Amino acid sequence: MSEVKEITEKLKPKDFSTDQDVRWCPGCGDYSILKQVQSVMPDLGHKKEDIVFISGIGCSSRFPYYMETYGMHSIHGRATAIASGLKISRPELSVWIVTGDGDALSIGGNHLIHLIRRNLDVNILLFNNEIYGLTKGQYSPTSPEGKITKSTPMGSVDHPFNPLKLCLGADSTFIARTMDRDPKHQREVLHKGSQHVGTSMIEIYQNCNVFNDGAFEVFTDKSTKAEETLFLEQDEPLIFGKEADKGIWLDGSQPKVVSLADVSKNDLWVHNENDKFKAQLLTTFFDNPAEPEHLPRPFGVFYSEDRYRYEDAVEDQIKEAIDKKGKGNLDEILSGKNVWTVD
Amino acid sequence: MAKELEEKKEVTIVFAGDSGDGIQLTGTQFTNTNALFGNDISTFPNYPAEIRAPQGTVAGVSGFQLQFGSIEISTPGDTCDVLVAMNAAAFKVNFASLKKHGTVIVNTDGFSARNLKLAGYESNPLEDHTLDDYRTIQIDVTKMTRSALVDSGMGKKEIDRSRNMFVLGFLYYMYNRNLKGTEEFIKQKFAGKPELIDANIRVLKAGYNFGDTSEIFTSRYNVKAAQLKKGKYRNIMGNQATALGLIAASQKSGLDLFYGSYPITPASDILHELARHKNFGVKTFQAEDEIAAVCSVIGASFGGKLGVTASSGPGIALKGEALGLGMILELPMVVINVQRGGPSTGLPTKTEQADLLQAAYGRNGEAPIPIVAAKSPSDCFDAAYEACKIAIEHMTPVLFLSDGYIANGSEPWKFPQSNKLKEIKPKAAKKEGDYLPYKRDENLVRDWAIPGQKGLEHRIGGLEKEAETGNVSYDPQNHEEMVRVRAEKVAKISNSVPDASIDFGPEKGDLLVLGWGSTFGVIKTAVKDLNEEGLAVSHLHLRNLLPFPNKLAEVLQNFKKVIIPEMNNGQLLSMIRDEFLIDAKGINKIQGVPFSTQEIKAAIKENIATL
Repeated sequence: MSEVKEITEKLKPKDFSTDQDVRWCPGCGDYSILKQVQSVMPDLGHKKEDIVFISGIGCSSRFPYYMETYGMHSIHGRATAIASGLKISRPELSVWIVTGDGDALSIGGNHLIHLIRRNLDVNILLFNNEIYGLTKGQYSPTSPEGKITKSTPMGSVDHPFNPLKLCLGADSTFIARTMDRDPKHQREVLHKGSQHVGTSMIEIYQNCNVFNDGAFEVFTDKSTKAEETLFLEQDEPLIFGKEADKGIWLDGSQPKVVSLADVSKNDLWVHNENDKFKAQLLTTFFDNPAEPEHLPRPFGVFYSEDRYRYEDAVEDQIKEAIDKKGKGNLDEILSGKNVWTVD
Repeated sequence: MAKELEEKKEVTIVFAGDSGDGIQLTGTQFTNTNALFGNDISTFPNYPAEIRAPQGTVAGVSGFQLQFGSIEISTPGDTCDVLVAMNAAAFKVNFASLKKHGTVIVNTDGFSARNLKLAGYESNPLEDHTLDDYRTIQIDVTKMTRSALVDSGMGKKEIDRSRNMFVLGFLYYMYNRNLKGTEEFIKQKFAGKPELIDANIRVLKAGYNFGDTSEIFTSRYNVKAAQLKKGKYRNIMGNQATALGLIAASQKSGLDLFYGSYPITPASDILHELARHKNFGVKTFQAEDEIAAVCSVIGASFGGKLGVTASSGPGIALKGEALGLGMILELPMVVINVQRGGPSTGLPTKTEQADLLQAAYGRNGEAPIPIVAAKSPSDCFDAAYEACKIAIEHMTPVLFLSDGYIANGSEPWKFPQSNKLKEIKPKAAKKEGDYLPYKRDENLVRDWAIPGQKGLEHRIGGLEKEAETGNVSYDPQNHEEMVRVRAEKVAKISNSVPDASIDFGPEKGDLLVLGWGSTFGVIKTAVKDLNEEGLAVSHLHLRNLLPFPNKLAEVLQNFKKVIIPEMNNGQLLSMIRDEFLIDAKGINKIQGVPFSTQEIKAAIKENIATL
C-alpha cells in the first residue's frame, strides 16, 4: 500500500534539492536556473531515481551536486559523451546535461555536434555567459569580437559561435533559447524541451556578475527588453516592442523589422516550430544590439522536429538480431563452427 | 602419379606478396585447414600500414607466417622452410628468413624486368646464383590461373584476383591436405555470386592438380596431427578471443556489454567481432573520437553495465584524462590497448610492448589502474575475462594489454565450457538502508548503486571526495587518506589473483627469464630447448603487472640472475627494479617484429656464461 501512495504522491521542488551548500558567487545567474529546474522537475513525469544530471567542468557544472537525483560531475567537455553512453545503455532514463559555453562549444564541441546528429533523447542546458568564469575571466567561444578580458587585453580577435545556428547545422531536432532573468519563460522552455523526444538544446543566457556582468542586460533589463527581444509563440505572428507595435516581415527571404502601422498583422511572419528553413533564418537573428537597424534577439522554441532516436535504433537492432539468430548462446560462440576433438 | 609421403614434425611457411594479392586470406585458409586437421599452429601476419601501397615495391609487401606441426608449437617460427613469393619485392623482403636449403616457390610473372626494378634488384635472383643452395619451384601463377579460367568470360583483372587460390591449392597438394574447408569458405564468401565461387574453386583445384601432375615433387610432405591435450579445439585469433572474453564476462556477470570505441589499427577487429554479436545484448558504439569512446563507457558503467573500450597507444593517450575520472569515480570498466609500434603514430601495423609504462603511470595525479596482459592469441580470452572480473569485483578501471602480434596471430584453442568459467559477482548496492557511495568493504571496494534504484540517488565526480559520503572535500588529511586508500584497494587485488610461480624449469636455478605479454611463445620454446641442453634456466610469465602477484619477490630471489626480454626499451625492467631492487637485466628488441627463439636462446646463454 505504501508504494502505491508513494507513486501517487507528487514530488515537490524541494524534494530535488540536496544537503550540499550551493557555492556559486552571490548574484550568479545559475541560482535562478537551479531554482527553475527544481520547480519543473515534479511536473515532468519521471521518478526521481530515473533522472540523471551529468555535467562537465565550469561554474555551471557544479549543478548535479545540488540536484537530489543521480548525478555525475565529470571532466571538461565530456558530459555529452558520458551522457551518450548512459542513454544508449539505459534508454529509459531521463538524462540531463548541464554545460557552459566553454565546456560545450570549445573543449567539448566535437561531442556536442555528434550527440545532436545522433538525436539521443537527452536535454542539454547550455549556460551561456560568454566568459570563462571558473578560470577567472578569459574570453569564451561565444564572447563577442573585441571583447576585453584577461587573456585579450587588446580585445578578442576570435569570431564567436552562434550556438543555436551551430546546433541546427548539426541537424538538431530541438533548439530553444531562454534567459536566467525570466523565470516563467525558463520554466516553459524547460518543460517543452523535456517533452521533446530527441536531443533538446536549450541555450540559457546567464549573467556572470563577476567576470562579465551585464552581457545580456539589453535583453533582460526592463527598460530595453521589450524592444530588443522577440518571444516566439507557435502559430503567432512575430511581434515585439514596448507597445507591441513592431513585427518581422519577410521580404522574400529577407527578414525586416516593420511597424504595425505600416504592415498588417496578417502579413507578418507567423512562427512555425516545424519549419526548418524559417528556423535557420531565426538563428541568424544574432546582430549586435549596438548596431543600427539590428533585428531583435529571439527567445523560445526555434525549431522542433520528430526524428528517430539513436537509442531506439540500437535497441531495434538488438531485437532484430535476437529474432534472426535467437538469444545468444555462449557455448555456441565459444566453440565456433570449426571444431576438432583430440582424444 | 603416386608420390612418397615424407614425414615432417614441424614446418614454417611464409606467404608473401603485394598487399592486394590476398596473402592474409591465403595464410588464414592454410592455417584453418591445418588446424582442423589437428596440427598445433602459430601464425604471424605482417602487413604494411597502407591498404594498397605502391604495387611491386618492398613497402607494399604483405606477409603471413605460420608454423604448424605434429609437436607443440608456441611460435610462428624463426626461419622458414618454405617461402612463397608472389613477386620480386616479396622475395627480397623475406629471403633472409629462409632456412639454408629451404624451398622457394615463386610466381615467375612477378619477376619481370619492371618487378625487379621496383624491388631494387640489378640482376634476377632466379637467374643469378642467389638460389644455388635452395630448392626453387618456379611457376607462372598468373599464366596458370588465366588458363584455368580461359573460358570463364571473366576479365583479366578479375581472373588475376584468384591467383592466390592457385598457390593455396598447390600447397594443399604439397602438404597432403584436402580442399574441403577452403571450398566451403569460398562458397560462403561469394554466396550469391556463383560465377566467382566456380572460378575460385576451379583455380584452387588447378593449383592442386598442378602439384599432382607436374614433375616438381619427388615426394610430398605429411605433418601428422599434434598430440595436444584431450579436448575440443578451434582455431582463434587474438582480437577475436578478446571479444569472446568480453562477451563471456558479460554473460557470467549478468551485466550487458557496452563497447564504445573509435577505429584504430590493430584494435578495430574487436569492434567488428562484437558488432556481429548483438543477439547477446551487446551494444557497440562507434564514437566520434577516442575521448568520446572512453567517456561513453564511463556513462554506461555509471548506468550499471559492463563498459569496455579498446584502442592502441595513441588512442590510449587521448583517453588518459577519462581514465583518471574512471579511477577516482571507482567505476568498473575495461580499457584494452592492442599495442603497436610507437611513439606517436609510429609503426601502426607492427607490434611492440612499449605502452606498459603508459598503462602504469600515464595519468595525472596518483591514479593506479590494474594491468592485465595476454600472452598468446587464445590467452586473450582468459586475460580479457580476468580483466572484466577484476574491474567488476573491485570497482575499478582495468587496463588490458594485448599487442599487434597476438591480436592478429592465431593458434588452436581448447575452448572452455561456459559453466567452467569463474563466477563474476558485481558489487551491487543493497536497496535498503542509507547508501554511502564511498563506504568500503574489507577489500576497500565500494558498492555500486545505479540509476533506477530508488532511494540510492547520489552524485559522484572528478573532484576529491570525502571518505564514505563522496561529498566534495578539500580537506588536506582527507585527500591523503583517499589517495592512499585508492592505492591500497588496487594493491589488494593481488590477493584475488594466483601467486607468482614458475611456468617452466626448476624452482631455483641460475637464470630466470621473466616475461610478459606476447613474448610467451618464444621464451617458452627457448627455455624448454635449453633445459633439454642441461641449462638451469626457468621461465616466469606475468599476467598481472599492476599490482604484481604475491610471492613474486620470493621467486625472483631463487635465481642468480633475472633477465627480462621485452619488445621495448626496458619497461617491465624499470618496474621490477623499482619494486624489488634487483639487478635484473633487459633483453630488448625494438624493431616492430617479435623476438626469434634463437635471439632469446642466445641472450640466455650469454647471461649464463657471465654468471
